[in-house]
Amino acid sequence: MATPAEIAPQPPAPAPTSEAEPPSGPAAALILAGGIAVFCMGLVTTLGEASTGIADALQWNDRVGPLSGKTLITVIVFALSWALLTALWRQANPPLRSITIASAALIALGLVGTFPTFFQAFE
Amino acid sequence: MHLSYREWWALIHGIIFGAFFLLAFSGGLAGLWSLRTEWVTAEGLRERVRRLKIGTVTMALAAWGTVITGTWIVYPWYRSKSPDSPKSKLTADPSTADWHEFGMEWKEHIAWIAPILATVAAGLVIYYGPYLARNRTVRNIVIGFFVAAFATAAVAGIFGALITKAAPVH
Repeated sequence: MATPAEIAPQPPAPAPTSEAEPPSGPAAALILAGGIAVFCMGLVTTLGEASTGIADALQWNDRVGPLSGKTLITVIVFALSWALLTALWRQANPPLRSITIASAALIALGLVGTFPTFFQAFE
Repeated sequence: MHLSYREWWALIHGIIFGAFFLLAFSGGLAGLWSLRTEWVTAEGLRERVRRLKIGTVTMALAAWGTVITGTWIVYPWYRSKSPDSPKSKLTADPSTADWHEFGMEWKEHIAWIAPILATVAAGLVIYYGPYLARNRTVRNIVIGFFVAAFATAAVAGIFGALITKAAPVH
């Protein structure tokens, strides 16, 4: 005869947890590439404000102005750094926490670089 | 009730892509937060991860769509040298100049950070898939990028709405 514990509805089986995780390298590459790209946006924004020569050089499209160069450079840097770091770390296991902290620092610097009160101080 | 060609593009830039972004963010955040092995079955996990991949990729695509249409289609009308352009109108009056000098200057740059961060979040969701449920560190990293993408987009979106109210693109 079944006991009350056996009769009671059983909770659903949890998701399996035994398989090994994929290497952290490709994830670390993406995380760091994101940080590098955001830092790049902050850097070119501040440099464009600091020098009219750089601002002119960033004007890749006359209708859009210097923002065209800033954004395209940032997208190119993002794509290239993502591809290069992925190639470098494809099978590696770099520490994800440290890479994320480094990326967060780059993102913070990038945010400062895109804040008008900061970059307009270089006018 | 009539929208001009430029107003249609402003609508696509701010409302259509913006709505997709918001919808994908709220669904994605709830999905990520509750994606834990102890809360879902193996079958449930597969379904949840599939939905999460669609949501985060949609959010990233919406963010890219927003900044590309904003920068390359709407922004040139905003910054046109014509005295009727929104930028000319805002900067001509000292009481509204800060909408451009601070608001637009911040918006046009910070907006481009959102798709980058959203792409990182979506890429991590695709790469880790069901492993996100068991690895709390990776899940928290994805949530961090996801929320940061939303926060930067929110700054751009709020200033975009306020600037459009002060000097719309016609």
